[in-house]
Amino acid sequence: MEPSAPGNLRCFSKKKRDLTKPVNVFHSTGDGMNAYMAYKVSTQTTLPMFRSKMFTVRRRFSDFLGLYEKLLDKHAQSGYIVPPPPEKSIMGMTKVKVGKEDNSSAEFVEKRRAALERYLQRVVCHPSLLQDPDVREFLERDDMPRAHSTQALSGAGFLKMINRATDAVSKMTIKMNESDVWFEDKLLEVEAEDQQLRKLHIMVESLVGHRKELSVNTAGFAKSVAMLGSSEDNTALSRALSQLAEVEDKMEQLHQDQAASDSFCLAELLADYIRLLGSVRASFDQRMKTWQRWQDAQNMLQKKRETEAKLLWANKPDKLQQAKDEITEWEAKVTQYEKDFDRVSSTVRKEVLRFEKEKARDFKKQIIKYLESLLQSQQQVEFWTLVCIHNRLFHTFF
Amino acid sequence: MNLILNPTLDEAPPLRTHRGIVTSHDFLTTPPAAAMMQEGLDDGPDFLSEEDRGPRAVNVDLQTDATLQVDISDALSERDKVKFTVHTKSTLPNFKQNEFSVVRQHEEFIWLHDSFVENEEYAGYIIPPAPPRPDFDASREKLQKLGEGEGSMTKEEFTKMKQELEAEYLAIFKKTVAMHEVFLCRVAAHPVLRKDLNFHVFLEYNQDLSVRGKNKREKMEDFFKNVVKSADGVLVAGVKDVDDFFEHEKTFLLEYHNRVKDASAKSDRMIRSHKSAADDINRIASTLYTLGTQDSTDVCKFFLKVSELFEKTRKIEARVAADEDLKLADLLKYYLRESQAAKDLLYRRGRALVDYENANKALDKARAKNKDVLQAETSQQVCCQKFEKISESAKQELIDFKTRRVAAFRKNLVELAELELKHAKGNLQLLQSCLGVLKGDT
Repeated sequence: MEPSAPGNLRCFSKKKRDLTKPVNVFHSTGDGMNAYMAYKVSTQTTLPMFRSKMFTVRRRFSDFLGLYEKLLDKHAQSGYIVPPPPEKSIMGMTKVKVGKEDNSSAEFVEKRRAALERYLQRVVCHPSLLQDPDVREFLERDDMPRAHSTQALSGAGFLKMINRATDAVSKMTIKMNESDVWFEDKLLEVEAEDQQLRKLHIMVESLVGHRKELSVNTAGFAKSVAMLGSSEDNTALSRALSQLAEVEDKMEQLHQDQAASDSFCLAELLADYIRLLGSVRASFDQRMKTWQRWQDAQNMLQKKRETEAKLLWANKPDKLQQAKDEITEWEAKVTQYEKDFDRVSSTVRKEVLRFEKEKARDFKKQIIKYLESLLQSQQQVEFWTLVCIHNRLFHTFF
Repeated sequence: MNLILNPTLDEAPPLRTHRGIVTSHDFLTTPPAAAMMQEGLDDGPDFLSEEDRGPRAVNVDLQTDATLQVDISDALSERDKVKFTVHTKSTLPNFKQNEFSVVRQHEEFIWLHDSFVENEEYAGYIIPPAPPRPDFDASREKLQKLGEGEGSMTKEEFTKMKQELEAEYLAIFKKTVAMHEVFLCRVAAHPVLRKDLNFHVFLEYNQDLSVRGKNKREKMEDFFKNVVKSADGVLVAGVKDVDDFFEHEKTFLLEYHNRVKDASAKSDRMIRSHKSAADDINRIASTLYTLGTQDSTDVCKFFLKVSELFEKTRKIEARVAADEDLKLADLLKYYLRESQAAKDLLYRRGRALVDYENANKALDKARAKNKDVLQAETSQQVCCQKFEKISESAKQELIDFKTRRVAAFRKNLVELAELELKHAKGNLQLLQSCLGVLKGDT
């Protein structure tokens, strides 16, 4: 992902912030199952907080997950939407490790690389996350300690956690006296959208599958027509049939390219946003937690007040002071937690609005890119069909 | 044309096509395959070249004094059978009237075809292949599944899918009408077959021909007959022919037939994938529409426009698949059947040749023993005549077959290419205009 011109609401709207981050793939190191893919992360920046203007580091997939884990630990409870990295994929990675040199493993590596790049782009586009020293370290530091315990935080595991948490949250929402209906509405919207995107993703994957199938079947058909043409004893028809076979061969390639485009442009976009929506729900979940903490503190305060009242009535002056101290303590907590809740609420709100703007931009850009690739492919189809008509069929027959 | 379909389908809907009558119903209203020229989708399959085809337009006279024009003017599909209205226009003296119609079912077409095959007189001709049985099973199954799954999809999705399936049903229906019509036209155009008495009865007799389908025993008999025939066919084919022309034709037809079979199967597979991809795009369009209607932000308007685009491109993709089906797949399937019929002709000739040679040998033996010489002589004469009669007409038939085939392929391939070009242009235009609008907004 490249930054666009400054001026619109994007990461690079302020003059100093110039950050480009292409992620390239390094060849794999080690052998067999111990092999790992190293990714080359190159940064170009004019920001003063970095040591130099251009630098490159090597990172493993688990490093990316480690970064995510750190960011989640630090920022999630404030209500920030922390962008999630792509999922771990045991099968995909194993094929690559075992050295399977075929289209599907090349495709997998490219998809992963692109997904990691988009992940980093989202992180650095986030004004608050960019300031985090862990991000800086990730981009700059030459050798990083291996991130462990990323098992629980791999994409799938994370989503499972979120789903469980969100279920708990939905049970809570019924009880929550929502003073601001915006949050309730927004959460419903997010959930509905999540459902639709998942449906869409399945359909796009199905389309990719069928196009790949079409490509294979077209190749089979082309060969078959070529055979038919060679056994046809009328020379003109024979030539026409072999021309048809050639055109179908070209179509096969086009279908193949189209399937790749469907996959890369559309399916990956949808997968990203399904993960991101998970993060959005997580931030709502955080807000819920802070609300709960505030409520719990209020209940505790109430209890302490009751204790005080009881002590007054029972006339036990020695314990009374303790009770009064506790009341003061909890009154402070209640105030603090209320402030926290308000702060988190406003962060979540801001984050959601920012997220929506970014999402709109992302979708528009990607879909336009996809349509442009469709256009190119149609132009090719038109070209080859014209060749078929004008060059051969007519000259052959007339 | 009225098309009534209930979601809880357990029987085929009644389906009619009627020449020339257009109703304002939702669905396609088209006259039967023979007479329609309504864009690519509805182009009837043209398997016969211009010269040989029965006249399509009513006012074209092929012969000056004895015209015979046959077509299927109407068709009704109910439950598990299709009723074809066979319409004849003729100035031949054999018929009582100049123009008349009868209703026929598929089994009666098969009866007619089989009567040609079994007639020794026609052994020297390529018998026009029988039309395939109308098969709505797959389509009906899909409609049923749709009915069962009605609860699980939105109203729009349901209506859309229903429309799709109904269009598919209609397409299959039109195809089967076309196949049956082509068979009749081929017979009507053949100088000898058109005079066949059974054919005239088929065309004119306005009662049911009481042709029942074969019962189990007869089907078993047929099966064994075929086994014997193919074994014999191998033996006969092994006999080298003196005549170069026929020897060449034998090798050619064998190879050609196999390759057409392969091409036909592969084209079917390719078209099926194409249709599946178009279906996927349809579903994607629906979901995008749902996303787009969730509220009225910029992004939602964007989704709506893209959904609209996908809807339109999907229609075009479906057309492309349908055109390929009509112009390519059906063409290949037809020539698969015709090349088989040509092979059958060669087999009959080969059989006659073997019989002739055997009769010769028998005659020599009889002469040597001087026993039953007259009998052997007459039997040899009969075999000789039969063989020569077949050879003479077979040569012409095979040459005609080639001409027809080349012309049909040419016509269909050219038409297909032109249609694909039209669709590609259509798609391009849609994409360009949509992109223009979308980019302009952002």
